[in-house]
Amino acid sequence: MSNHSVYMDYNATTPLHPGVKAALTEAFDIYGNASSMHSSGRYAGEKVAQAREIVARFIGAAPEEIIFTGGGSESNNTVLNMIDCGSGVCSCVARGRRGLVTSAIEHPSIINTAEFLQHKGVSVTFAGVDAQGKVNMEDLEAAVSGETALVSVMMGNNEIGTLQDVKAITRLAHERGALMHTDAVQTLGKVPVDVKDLDVDFLSFSAHKLYGPKGIGILYVKKGAPFCTFIHGGHQEDGRRAGTYNTLGIIGLGKAVELASREMKDEVAKLWALREKLRKGLLEKVPDIHVNGHPADTLPGTLNVSFRGAEGEAILLYLDMNGIQVSTGSACASGSLEPSHVLLATGVEPELAHGSIRFSLGRETTDADVDYVLETLPPIMQKIRSMSTVYGKRG
Amino acid sequence: MANGWLYTDIVKDHFTNPRNILEDEDSYADDGKGSVGNIKCGDQMLVAIRVKDGRIEDCKWKTYGCASAIASTSMLSEVVKGMPLEEAYHVTPADITKKLGGLPEHKIHCSVLGDKALRAAIEDYYRRTGQEDRIEREKAVTICQCMNVTDKEIEKAVKEGARTWLDLQNKTKIGTVCGQCRKKAEELLHEYEHLYG
Repeated sequence: MSNHSVYMDYNATTPLHPGVKAALTEAFDIYGNASSMHSSGRYAGEKVAQAREIVARFIGAAPEEIIFTGGGSESNNTVLNMIDCGSGVCSCVARGRRGLVTSAIEHPSIINTAEFLQHKGVSVTFAGVDAQGKVNMEDLEAAVSGETALVSVMMGNNEIGTLQDVKAITRLAHERGALMHTDAVQTLGKVPVDVKDLDVDFLSFSAHKLYGPKGIGILYVKKGAPFCTFIHGGHQEDGRRAGTYNTLGIIGLGKAVELASREMKDEVAKLWALREKLRKGLLEKVPDIHVNGHPADTLPGTLNVSFRGAEGEAILLYLDMNGIQVSTGSACASGSLEPSHVLLATGVEPELAHGSIRFSLGRETTDADVDYVLETLPPIMQKIRSMSTVYGKRG
Repeated sequence: MANGWLYTDIVKDHFTNPRNILEDEDSYADDGKGSVGNIKCGDQMLVAIRVKDGRIEDCKWKTYGCASAIASTSMLSEVVKGMPLEEAYHVTPADITKKLGGLPEHKIHCSVLGDKALRAAIEDYYRRTGQEDRIEREKAVTICQCMNVTDKEIEKAVKEGARTWLDLQNKTKIGTVCGQCRKKAEELLHEYEHLYG
């Protein structure tokens, strides 16, 4: 086993920022229920309010427009389940529209929720993407109609990094009377996000992608936007999301966002430089590779590469044995027979989808880490390709 | 996603140092060759054998496949060397999995490719040497009791293009009475789709 430990899977999750860790450690003794009226409750409540303000400021929202949730998946489910909720008691039902328009490359928490809604009779359209992963505006133009309740398109793709023009998509949705949601789980802290400028009605985010703790996220809900509660119970979040405030998680999220707002600029420049070094190095040292995603409009630390003639899980495990941690779009690693739906949607051949590796870099990635990958990967590829049934046979 | 090392030390060893790779396919004078799986599904396996005095003298292979496929075929290629053809013809994925000290359950399907490719290579040898009579028709297992549909019929339907439960029902009438066999049948459908899709 290798002595190296090079973590390049930041899009899956991130380690805690030392500043977040310190804030959490300090907060461990805060036990009061943030909804309680007595002093320990009020103390916890203050901490929650402070975090809410930090997050609101960071995305250009008002504090009351921020709802704390159990993470990105819950935020996404909350928004999608508003379509045709059928309860008759909330503001969303009055709209009378039953359609959802989303994209083919969304996170499973959107795609699978959309498919579930289909079973309930909601009409769902998955707009296609081009070879770089940009959602086809023509598909959206054709799909968004007077029946569309909601358009949901992610801001930055977790697998290939491609960024969407959320502002233009929001304009289209609003022109046709539909609401707009964007899943910003991968983008917040890496790309400037201003909800007023984007004009979206809903936005999802999760702390653990930005050096915060797991199990805590937010849902931005524009003031006045129709809303219906997904998790019913107590009166937390003005009755919009029940459950005792996750004080510790909320404090961690607030700290993570506060640190990101300070460090983002330098961090992004560093990530972009490292990504470019890795991209150029791979192109130079490994033949027959294909860089997936958009060349410029992409998450700064994400690099998705397909290696011809090699199966992704084999690449991943050989890299892991050498201390390098990445992820793959191969079917074998996913437990299904289908490779990455994102890569297939961009139109790459199945061989390239199965042979894809996602390197996602982050705040602890160093120049030496990239050098180590560039030194370790070429012999691994040579080894896998030398035993491949499909490599070296092309004329 | 692989959850750390789910694999045994033997699997790791065969994955790291795979035995008997067919490095130069063109210059290898094989007596039998078989290929199964396809790239669309993410794995493919080729096995080539040399035969002497009714025994497998040499067994080489290549794959586009994951760690389990690599390790199990590497093990298989070691195990069958020197083995009488008849015996090698009946080596099962379970035999190989046992020798590897086990595989994670969701990975077992990746390991059947080597065994199927070896069977195909032996059958190729039988065909080349005029011994077609030694090629066995695998025994069929009834999956749908109501309509008496076997795994062989499901395999045939998939080869003819069936990809969904509905396709399968249209071709074979499977599960059209009580429907209890659906889960098992769909598993087979996916398995065969993987092999022939």
